Amino acid sequence: MPRLVADVEACQGYGNCITGASDVFDIDDDGVVVLLKEKVPESDRARVEEAARSCPVSALSVED
Amino acid sequence: MTPPGTVVVVGSSVAGVRCVQALRSEGFSGRVVLVGEETQLPYDKPPLSKQFLAGFWDTARVALLTAERAAELDVELRLGSAAERLDLAGRQVHLADGSTLAWDAAVLATGAAARPSPWHTDSGVHVVRTLADAQALRADLDTDAPVVVVGGGFIGAEVAATAHSLGRDVTVVDPLAAPIGRVVGAEVGQYFTALHQRHGVQTRFGVGVESVSGSSGDLVVVLTDGTELPAGTVIVGIGATPNDGWLADSGLLVENGVTCDEHCRAVDAPDVYAVGDLARWLHPSHDEHVRVEHWTNAVDSAVVAAHNIVHPDDLRAHAPVEYVWSDQYDWKIQIVGRPATATRHELIGSWEGTSARGAAVYTDVSGQLRGAVTVNWPKALVLCRRLLMAGTTFGEAMTQLNALPAAVAR
Repeated sequence: MPRLVADVEACQGYGNCITGASDVFDIDDDGVVVLLKEKVPESDRARVEEAARSCPVSALSVED
Repeated sequence: MTPPGTVVVVGSSVAGVRCVQALRSEGFSGRVVLVGEETQLPYDKPPLSKQFLAGFWDTARVALLTAERAAELDVELRLGSAAERLDLAGRQVHLADGSTLAWDAAVLATGAAARPSPWHTDSGVHVVRTLADAQALRADLDTDAPVVVVGGGFIGAEVAATAHSLGRDVTVVDPLAAPIGRVVGAEVGQYFTALHQRHGVQTRFGVGVESVSGSSGDLVVVLTDGTELPAGTVIVGIGATPNDGWLADSGLLVENGVTCDEHCRAVDAPDVYAVGDLARWLHPSHDEHVRVEHWTNAVDSAVVAAHNIVHPDDLRAHAPVEYVWSDQYDWKIQIVGRPATATRHELIGSWEGTSARGAAVYTDVSGQLRGAVTVNWPKALVLCRRLLMAGTTFGEAMTQLNALPAAVAR
Protein backbone atom coordinates (compact mmCIF):
# COMPACT_ATOMS: atom_id res chain seq x y z
CA MET A 1 0.00 0.00 0.00
CA PRO A 2 1.24 3.53 -0.70
CA ARG A 3 2.90 5.01 2.39
CA LEU A 4 2.74 8.70 3.34
CA VAL A 5 5.77 10.69 4.45
CA ALA A 6 5.61 14.23 5.87
CA ASP A 7 8.58 16.53 6.45
CA VAL A 8 7.33 18.48 9.47
CA GLU A 9 10.38 20.77 9.38
CA ALA A 10 9.63 21.82 5.80
CA CYS A 11 5.88 22.26 6.41
CA GLN A 12 4.83 25.90 6.42
CA GLY A 13 1.15 25.41 7.16
CA TYR A 14 -0.09 26.35 3.71
CA GLY A 15 -2.86 23.77 4.09
CA ASN A 16 -3.34 22.74 0.45
CA CYS A 17 -2.97 19.05 1.33
CA ILE A 18 -6.02 19.26 3.61
CA THR A 19 -8.18 20.70 0.87
CA GLY A 20 -7.04 17.88 -1.40
CA ALA A 21 -7.51 15.02 1.08
CA SER A 22 -9.00 16.05 4.44
CA ASP A 23 -9.34 12.39 5.43
CA VAL A 24 -5.57 11.96 5.21
CA PHE A 25 -4.03 15.30 6.22
CA ASP A 26 -4.75 17.75 9.02
CA ILE A 27 -2.96 20.62 10.75
CA ASP A 28 -2.09 21.05 14.43
CA ASP A 29 -2.47 24.19 16.54
CA ASP A 30 1.05 25.30 15.63
CA GLY A 31 0.27 25.08 11.91
CA VAL A 32 2.16 21.85 11.20
CA VAL A 33 0.85 18.98 9.09
CA VAL A 34 -0.54 15.91 10.84
CA LEU A 35 -0.94 12.57 9.05
CA LEU A 36 -4.27 10.99 9.90
CA LYS A 37 -3.19 7.77 8.17
CA GLU A 38 0.20 6.25 7.47
CA LYS A 39 -0.94 4.16 4.52
CA VAL A 40 -3.74 4.52 2.00
CA PRO A 41 -5.30 1.90 -0.28
CA GLU A 42 -4.05 1.73 -3.86
CA SER A 43 -7.42 3.05 -5.03
CA ASP A 44 -6.70 6.35 -3.23
CA ARG A 45 -3.24 6.79 -4.74
CA ALA A 46 -4.10 9.33 -7.47
CA ARG A 47 -6.07 11.56 -5.12
CA VAL A 48 -3.46 11.46 -2.36
CA GLU A 49 -0.55 11.97 -4.78
CA GLU A 50 -2.29 15.02 -6.17
CA ALA A 51 -2.91 16.34 -2.65
CA ALA A 52 0.78 15.78 -1.81
CA ARG A 53 1.87 17.61 -4.98
CA SER A 54 -0.30 20.58 -4.00
CA CYS A 55 2.16 21.31 -1.18
CA PRO A 56 4.01 24.51 -2.12
CA VAL A 57 7.16 23.43 -0.27
CA SER A 58 7.15 19.74 -1.29
CA ALA A 59 6.87 18.60 2.32
CA LEU A 60 4.81 15.53 1.42
CA SER A 61 5.50 12.39 -0.54
CA VAL A 62 3.78 9.13 -1.33
CA GLU A 63 6.13 6.16 -1.33
CA ASP A 64 5.72 2.49 -2.20
CA MET B 1 -15.26 7.84 -24.97
CA THR B 2 -11.61 6.88 -24.79
CA PRO B 3 -8.73 9.08 -23.69
CA PRO B 4 -6.61 10.66 -26.43
CA GLY B 5 -3.37 9.13 -27.73
CA THR B 6 -1.11 12.16 -27.40
CA VAL B 7 -1.38 15.05 -24.96
CA VAL B 8 0.81 18.09 -25.60
CA VAL B 9 1.14 20.42 -22.62
CA VAL B 10 2.38 23.85 -23.65
CA GLY B 11 4.16 25.73 -20.89
CA SER B 12 6.75 24.51 -18.38
CA SER B 13 5.03 26.44 -15.58
CA VAL B 14 3.88 24.81 -12.34
CA ALA B 15 0.51 24.30 -14.08
CA GLY B 16 2.19 22.51 -16.99
CA VAL B 17 4.31 20.32 -14.74
CA ARG B 18 1.49 19.41 -12.37
CA CYS B 19 -0.66 18.56 -15.39
CA VAL B 20 1.79 16.03 -16.83
CA GLN B 21 2.25 14.51 -13.37
CA ALA B 22 -1.51 14.29 -12.85
CA LEU B 23 -2.02 12.70 -16.27
CA ARG B 24 0.16 9.81 -15.11
CA SER B 25 -1.41 9.66 -11.63
CA GLU B 26 -4.83 9.48 -13.30
CA GLY B 27 -3.61 6.49 -15.29
CA PHE B 28 -2.96 8.01 -18.71
CA SER B 29 -0.71 5.69 -20.73
CA GLY B 30 -0.46 7.62 -24.02
CA ARG B 31 2.27 9.98 -25.18
CA VAL B 32 2.84 13.11 -23.07
CA VAL B 33 4.98 16.04 -24.29
CA LEU B 34 5.81 19.11 -22.19
CA VAL B 35 6.85 22.18 -24.19
CA GLY B 36 8.72 25.09 -22.57
CA GLU B 37 10.03 28.36 -23.92
CA GLU B 38 12.89 28.51 -21.44
CA THR B 39 15.85 26.14 -21.74
CA GLN B 40 15.87 25.87 -17.95
CA LEU B 41 14.21 22.81 -16.44
CA PRO B 42 10.81 23.72 -14.96
CA TYR B 43 11.09 25.68 -11.72
CA ASP B 44 8.80 27.08 -9.06
CA LYS B 45 8.18 30.81 -8.95
CA PRO B 46 7.04 31.72 -5.39
CA PRO B 47 10.58 31.42 -3.93
CA LEU B 48 11.99 33.78 -6.57
CA SER B 49 10.90 36.85 -4.58
CA LYS B 50 11.79 35.26 -1.24
CA GLN B 51 14.17 32.38 -0.39
CA PHE B 52 15.87 32.27 -3.81
CA LEU B 53 16.28 36.05 -4.00
CA ALA B 54 17.67 36.08 -0.48
CA GLY B 55 20.26 33.47 -1.47
CA PHE B 56 19.00 30.79 0.94
CA TRP B 57 17.83 28.48 -1.83
CA ASP B 58 19.66 27.56 -5.04
CA THR B 59 18.29 26.55 -8.44
CA ALA B 60 18.15 22.88 -7.43
CA ARG B 61 15.83 23.77 -4.55
CA VAL B 62 13.33 25.52 -6.84
CA ALA B 63 13.24 22.72 -9.43
CA LEU B 64 9.78 21.35 -10.19
CA LEU B 65 10.80 18.49 -12.44
CA THR B 66 14.19 16.95 -13.07
CA ALA B 67 15.15 15.23 -16.33
CA GLU B 68 15.33 11.93 -14.41
CA ARG B 69 11.85 12.33 -12.97
CA ALA B 70 10.48 13.27 -16.40
CA ALA B 71 12.02 10.09 -17.84
CA GLU B 72 10.48 8.00 -15.04
CA LEU B 73 7.09 9.50 -15.89
CA ASP B 74 7.70 8.91 -19.60
CA VAL B 75 7.19 12.62 -20.28
CA GLU B 76 9.03 14.07 -23.29
CA LEU B 77 10.54 17.47 -22.52
CA ARG B 78 10.78 19.97 -25.38
CA LEU B 79 12.49 22.86 -23.63
CA GLY B 80 14.02 25.98 -25.16
CA SER B 81 11.51 26.26 -27.96
CA ALA B 82 8.45 28.46 -27.52
CA ALA B 83 5.11 27.48 -28.99
CA GLU B 84 4.36 30.01 -31.72
CA ARG B 85 1.06 28.89 -33.15
CA LEU B 86 -1.81 26.54 -32.34
CA ASP B 87 -3.44 24.90 -35.35
CA LEU B 88 -6.87 23.72 -34.23
CA ALA B 89 -7.99 22.22 -37.53
CA GLY B 90 -4.72 20.37 -38.09
CA ARG B 91 -4.35 19.51 -34.37
CA GLN B 92 -0.75 20.65 -34.26
CA VAL B 93 1.34 23.10 -32.32
CA HIS B 94 4.12 24.91 -34.16
CA LEU B 95 7.31 25.60 -32.22
CA ALA B 96 9.87 28.38 -32.66
CA ASP B 97 12.51 25.91 -33.87
CA GLY B 98 10.34 25.14 -36.91
CA SER B 99 9.12 21.76 -35.68
CA THR B 100 5.51 20.75 -35.13
CA LEU B 101 3.87 18.50 -32.55
CA ALA B 102 0.63 16.67 -33.29
CA TRP B 103 -1.88 16.35 -30.43
CA ASP B 104 -5.15 14.68 -29.69
CA ALA B 105 -5.58 16.91 -26.66
CA ALA B 106 -3.65 20.10 -25.92
CA VAL B 107 -3.24 21.78 -22.53
CA LEU B 108 -2.27 25.46 -22.65
CA ALA B 109 -0.24 26.53 -19.62
CA THR B 110 1.90 29.43 -20.82
CA GLY B 111 1.12 31.48 -17.73
CA ALA B 112 1.54 35.21 -17.40
CA ALA B 113 4.39 37.67 -17.80
CA ALA B 114 5.37 40.56 -15.57
CA ARG B 115 3.92 43.81 -16.82
CA PRO B 116 7.04 45.54 -18.14
CA SER B 117 8.46 48.70 -16.64
CA PRO B 118 7.05 51.76 -18.40
CA TRP B 119 10.35 53.52 -17.60
CA HIS B 120 13.31 52.62 -19.74
CA THR B 121 16.88 52.81 -18.54
CA ASP B 122 20.08 51.10 -19.68
CA SER B 123 20.26 49.00 -16.53
CA GLY B 124 19.24 48.72 -12.91
CA VAL B 125 15.45 48.45 -13.36
CA HIS B 126 14.09 44.97 -12.74
CA VAL B 127 10.91 42.92 -12.80
CA VAL B 128 10.67 39.60 -10.92
CA ARG B 129 8.95 36.78 -12.74
CA THR B 130 11.47 34.33 -14.18
CA LEU B 131 14.53 32.64 -12.72
CA ALA B 132 16.73 34.86 -14.91
CA ASP B 133 14.93 37.95 -13.56
CA ALA B 134 15.60 36.85 -9.99
CA GLN B 135 19.27 36.05 -10.71
CA ALA B 136 19.83 39.46 -12.30
CA LEU B 137 18.13 41.25 -9.42
CA ARG B 138 20.05 39.20 -6.85
CA ALA B 139 23.34 40.38 -8.38
CA ASP B 140 22.30 44.05 -8.25
CA LEU B 141 21.06 43.74 -4.66
CA ASP B 142 24.65 42.97 -3.62
CA THR B 143 25.45 46.64 -4.27
CA ASP B 144 25.16 48.64 -1.07
CA ALA B 145 22.81 51.30 -2.41
CA PRO B 146 19.20 52.26 -1.76
CA VAL B 147 16.43 50.20 -3.35
CA VAL B 148 13.13 51.58 -4.62
CA VAL B 149 10.25 49.17 -5.19
CA VAL B 150 7.50 50.46 -7.47
CA GLY B 151 4.27 48.65 -6.63
CA GLY B 152 3.16 47.73 -3.12
CA GLY B 153 1.25 44.55 -3.97
CA PHE B 154 2.38 41.07 -2.96
CA ILE B 155 5.42 40.81 -5.22
CA GLY B 156 6.55 44.33 -4.36
CA ALA B 157 6.08 43.75 -0.64
CA GLU B 158 7.93 40.42 -0.71
CA VAL B 159 10.84 41.86 -2.69
CA ALA B 160 10.99 44.82 -0.32
CA ALA B 161 11.15 42.45 2.66
CA THR B 162 13.89 40.39 1.01
CA ALA B 163 15.96 43.45 0.02
CA HIS B 164 15.61 44.74 3.58
CA SER B 165 16.83 41.38 4.93
CA LEU B 166 19.92 41.77 2.72
CA GLY B 167 20.70 45.05 4.46
CA ARG B 168 19.45 47.48 1.85
CA ASP B 169 17.59 50.73 2.57
CA VAL B 170 14.23 50.19 0.90
CA THR B 171 11.38 52.50 -0.15
CA VAL B 172 8.11 51.16 -1.55
CA VAL B 173 6.06 53.46 -3.80
CA ASP B 174 2.45 52.91 -4.86
CA PRO B 175 -0.28 55.25 -6.09
CA LEU B 176 -2.82 53.61 -3.76
CA ALA B 177 -3.02 54.78 -0.14
CA ALA B 178 -3.10 51.12 1.02
CA PRO B 179 -1.91 48.85 -1.83
CA ILE B 180 -2.78 45.51 -0.23
CA GLY B 181 -6.19 47.09 0.48
CA ARG B 182 -7.12 46.23 -3.10
CA VAL B 183 -7.35 42.62 -1.89
CA VAL B 184 -8.17 42.88 1.81
CA GLY B 185 -9.96 46.24 2.08
CA ALA B 186 -8.47 49.61 3.03
CA GLU B 187 -8.76 49.17 6.82
CA VAL B 188 -7.01 45.78 6.98
CA GLY B 189 -4.57 47.05 4.35
CA GLN B 190 -3.25 49.57 6.89
CA TYR B 191 -1.76 46.72 8.92
CA PHE B 192 0.34 45.69 5.94
CA THR B 193 1.61 49.25 5.56
CA ALA B 194 2.53 49.24 9.25
CA LEU B 195 4.38 45.95 8.71
CA HIS B 196 6.79 47.68 6.30
CA GLN B 197 7.23 50.64 8.62
CA ARG B 198 7.91 48.48 11.69
CA HIS B 199 10.86 46.97 9.84
CA GLY B 200 12.23 50.36 8.82
CA VAL B 201 11.14 50.12 5.19
CA GLN B 202 9.84 53.49 3.97
CA THR B 203 6.46 53.66 2.28
CA ARG B 204 5.40 56.36 -0.16
CA PHE B 205 1.79 55.32 -0.71
CA GLY B 206 -0.77 57.47 -2.46
CA VAL B 207 1.84 58.94 -4.79
CA GLY B 208 2.81 57.85 -8.29
CA VAL B 209 6.06 57.61 -10.19
CA GLU B 210 6.79 60.34 -12.73
CA SER B 211 10.05 58.98 -14.12
CA VAL B 212 13.00 56.68 -13.55
CA SER B 213 16.33 57.65 -15.07
CA GLY B 214 20.02 56.84 -14.81
CA SER B 215 21.62 53.42 -14.77
CA SER B 216 22.38 50.62 -12.32
CA GLY B 217 23.90 51.98 -9.14
CA ASP B 218 22.95 55.57 -10.01
CA LEU B 219 19.21 55.81 -10.63
CA VAL B 220 16.76 58.57 -9.74
CA VAL B 221 13.05 57.90 -9.19
CA VAL B 222 10.97 61.07 -9.45
CA LEU B 223 7.55 60.91 -7.80
CA THR B 224 4.46 62.79 -8.93
CA ASP B 225 4.74 65.08 -5.89
CA GLY B 226 8.21 66.12 -7.05
CA THR B 227 10.19 64.04 -4.55
CA GLU B 228 13.42 62.59 -5.95
CA LEU B 229 14.50 59.19 -4.60
CA PRO B 230 18.07 58.12 -5.40
CA ALA B 231 18.42 54.36 -5.94
CA GLY B 232 21.00 51.81 -6.92
CA THR B 233 18.31 49.35 -7.97
CA VAL B 234 14.64 49.75 -8.87
CA ILE B 235 12.14 46.88 -8.90
CA VAL B 236 8.87 47.30 -10.79
CA GLY B 237 6.07 45.04 -9.52
CA ILE B 238 2.93 46.30 -11.21
CA GLY B 239 1.12 43.11 -12.09
CA ALA B 240 1.15 40.54 -14.84
CA THR B 241 -0.54 39.89 -18.17
CA PRO B 242 -1.43 36.48 -19.62
CA ASN B 243 0.91 35.00 -22.22
CA ASP B 244 -1.86 34.61 -24.80
CA GLY B 245 -0.38 36.55 -27.73
CA TRP B 246 0.74 33.34 -29.49
CA LEU B 247 -2.93 32.26 -29.60
CA ALA B 248 -4.27 35.45 -31.22
CA ASP B 249 -4.82 33.85 -34.64
CA SER B 250 -5.68 30.38 -33.34
CA GLY B 251 -9.44 30.82 -33.52
CA LEU B 252 -9.76 30.34 -29.77
CA LEU B 253 -11.71 32.95 -27.83
CA VAL B 254 -8.94 34.95 -26.17
CA GLU B 255 -9.95 37.86 -23.94
CA ASN B 256 -7.50 38.52 -21.13
CA GLY B 257 -6.68 34.81 -21.17
CA VAL B 258 -8.21 31.81 -22.91
CA THR B 259 -11.96 31.61 -22.29
CA CYS B 260 -12.88 28.20 -20.88
CA ASP B 261 -15.92 26.38 -19.57
CA GLU B 262 -16.19 25.07 -16.02
CA HIS B 263 -14.24 21.94 -17.03
CA CYS B 264 -11.14 23.95 -18.06
CA ARG B 265 -11.90 23.34 -21.76
CA ALA B 266 -11.59 26.15 -24.28
CA VAL B 267 -15.16 27.15 -25.11
CA ASP B 268 -14.82 26.58 -28.83
CA ALA B 269 -12.38 23.64 -28.90
CA PRO B 270 -13.28 20.85 -26.47
CA ASP B 271 -9.96 19.00 -26.90
CA VAL B 272 -8.06 22.12 -25.87
CA TYR B 273 -7.70 22.95 -22.19
CA ALA B 274 -6.26 26.04 -20.53
CA VAL B 275 -4.96 26.05 -16.97
CA GLY B 276 -3.26 28.37 -14.49
CA ASP B 277 -2.75 32.10 -15.05
CA LEU B 278 -3.62 31.77 -18.74
CA ALA B 279 -7.18 30.51 -18.23
CA ARG B 280 -10.31 32.64 -17.81
CA TRP B 281 -12.84 30.01 -16.94
CA LEU B 282 -16.48 29.88 -15.91
CA HIS B 283 -16.37 29.45 -12.14
CA PRO B 284 -19.57 27.54 -11.35
CA SER B 285 -19.92 28.93 -7.81
CA HIS B 286 -19.41 32.54 -8.88
CA ASP B 287 -21.34 32.17 -12.16
CA GLU B 288 -18.82 34.37 -13.96
CA HIS B 289 -15.57 33.97 -15.87
CA VAL B 290 -12.54 34.58 -13.70
CA ARG B 291 -8.78 34.54 -14.23
CA VAL B 292 -6.75 33.86 -11.11
CA GLU B 293 -2.97 34.28 -10.78
CA HIS B 294 -2.47 32.09 -7.72
CA TRP B 295 -0.10 29.13 -7.38
CA THR B 296 -2.79 26.92 -5.87
CA ASN B 297 -5.21 27.67 -8.71
CA ALA B 298 -2.54 26.71 -11.23
CA VAL B 299 -2.03 23.36 -9.52
CA ASP B 300 -5.73 22.65 -8.97
CA SER B 301 -6.79 23.56 -12.51
CA ALA B 302 -3.98 21.41 -13.93
CA VAL B 303 -5.29 18.41 -11.99
CA VAL B 304 -8.87 19.07 -13.15
CA ALA B 305 -7.75 19.27 -16.79
CA ALA B 306 -5.72 16.06 -16.48
CA HIS B 307 -8.64 14.26 -14.87
CA ASN B 308 -11.04 15.41 -17.58
CA ILE B 309 -8.68 14.32 -20.36
CA VAL B 310 -8.26 10.86 -18.88
CA HIS B 311 -11.89 10.46 -17.78
CA PRO B 312 -14.01 12.14 -20.46
CA ASP B 313 -17.14 10.39 -19.17
CA ASP B 314 -16.64 11.73 -15.64
CA LEU B 315 -15.97 15.44 -16.14
CA ARG B 316 -14.96 17.38 -13.05
CA ALA B 317 -15.75 21.11 -12.65
CA HIS B 318 -13.10 23.54 -11.46
CA ALA B 319 -14.82 25.35 -8.60
CA PRO B 320 -12.09 26.30 -6.12
CA VAL B 321 -12.28 28.58 -3.12
CA GLU B 322 -9.57 31.16 -3.89
CA TYR B 323 -6.42 30.80 -1.81
CA VAL B 324 -3.14 32.67 -1.83
CA TRP B 325 -0.32 33.24 0.62
CA SER B 326 2.45 35.77 1.02
CA ASP B 327 5.46 35.73 3.34
CA GLN B 328 6.63 39.21 4.33
CA TYR B 329 9.15 39.91 7.10
CA ASP B 330 7.95 37.96 10.17
CA TRP B 331 4.39 37.54 8.87
CA LYS B 332 2.93 34.52 7.18
CA ILE B 333 -0.11 35.97 5.40
CA GLN B 334 -2.85 33.69 4.04
CA ILE B 335 -5.96 34.81 2.19
CA VAL B 336 -8.94 32.64 1.35
CA GLY B 337 -12.18 33.40 -0.48
CA ARG B 338 -12.98 36.82 -1.88
CA PRO B 339 -12.41 39.50 0.78
CA ALA B 340 -12.40 42.18 -1.92
CA THR B 341 -16.06 41.55 -2.72
CA ALA B 342 -17.17 41.64 0.94
CA THR B 343 -18.73 44.63 2.67
CA ARG B 344 -17.93 44.01 6.33
CA HIS B 345 -15.25 42.34 8.41
CA GLU B 346 -14.30 41.65 11.99
CA LEU B 347 -10.83 41.18 13.45
CA ILE B 348 -9.79 38.39 15.82
CA GLY B 349 -6.52 38.03 17.70
CA SER B 350 -3.51 40.32 17.45
CA TRP B 351 -2.48 42.30 14.36
CA GLU B 352 0.42 44.14 15.91
CA GLY B 353 4.13 43.48 16.11
CA THR B 354 6.31 40.41 15.95
CA SER B 355 3.88 38.22 17.87
CA ALA B 356 0.92 39.00 15.62
CA ARG B 357 -1.51 36.13 15.23
CA GLY B 358 -4.90 37.09 13.97
CA ALA B 359 -7.64 36.79 11.44
CA ALA B 360 -9.84 39.21 9.53
CA VAL B 361 -13.15 37.56 8.70
CA TYR B 362 -15.34 38.92 5.90
CA THR B 363 -19.04 38.86 5.07
CA ASP B 364 -21.62 40.79 3.04
CA VAL B 365 -25.38 41.43 3.13
CA SER B 366 -26.04 37.71 2.68
CA GLY B 367 -24.59 36.99 6.13
CA GLN B 368 -22.45 34.23 4.64
CA LEU B 369 -18.73 33.85 5.24
CA ARG B 370 -17.05 35.41 2.17
CA GLY B 371 -13.37 35.29 2.97
CA ALA B 372 -10.63 35.51 5.56
CA VAL B 373 -7.14 36.92 5.93
CA THR B 374 -4.90 35.35 8.55
CA VAL B 375 -1.51 36.33 9.91
CA ASN B 376 0.74 33.67 11.46
CA TRP B 377 -2.30 31.45 12.08
CA PRO B 378 -2.49 28.55 9.60
CA LYS B 379 -4.98 26.65 11.76
CA ALA B 380 -7.50 29.49 11.42
CA LEU B 381 -6.87 29.69 7.69
CA VAL B 382 -7.52 25.99 7.21
CA LEU B 383 -10.72 26.27 9.23
CA CYS B 384 -11.97 29.24 7.19
CA ARG B 385 -11.09 27.49 3.93
CA ARG B 386 -13.08 24.45 5.02
CA LEU B 387 -16.04 26.59 6.09
CA LEU B 388 -16.01 28.51 2.80
CA MET B 389 -16.10 25.27 0.83
CA ALA B 390 -19.01 24.06 2.95
CA GLY B 391 -20.89 27.39 2.70
CA THR B 392 -21.15 28.65 6.27
CA THR B 393 -22.63 31.74 7.85
CA PHE B 394 -20.35 34.48 9.14
CA GLY B 395 -21.69 34.00 12.66
CA GLU B 396 -20.92 30.28 12.70
CA ALA B 397 -17.42 30.98 11.37
CA MET B 398 -16.77 33.51 14.14
CA THR B 399 -17.98 31.04 16.78
CA GLN B 400 -15.65 28.32 15.50
CA LEU B 401 -12.68 30.67 15.16
CA ASN B 402 -13.11 31.99 18.69
CA ALA B 403 -13.14 28.40 19.94
CA LEU B 404 -9.70 27.63 18.46
CA PRO B 405 -6.96 27.10 21.04
CA ALA B 406 -4.52 29.98 21.41
CA ALA B 407 -1.60 28.48 19.53
CA VAL B 408 1.88 29.92 19.72
CA ALA B 409 2.91 31.76 16.57
CA ARG B 410 5.71 29.96 14.75
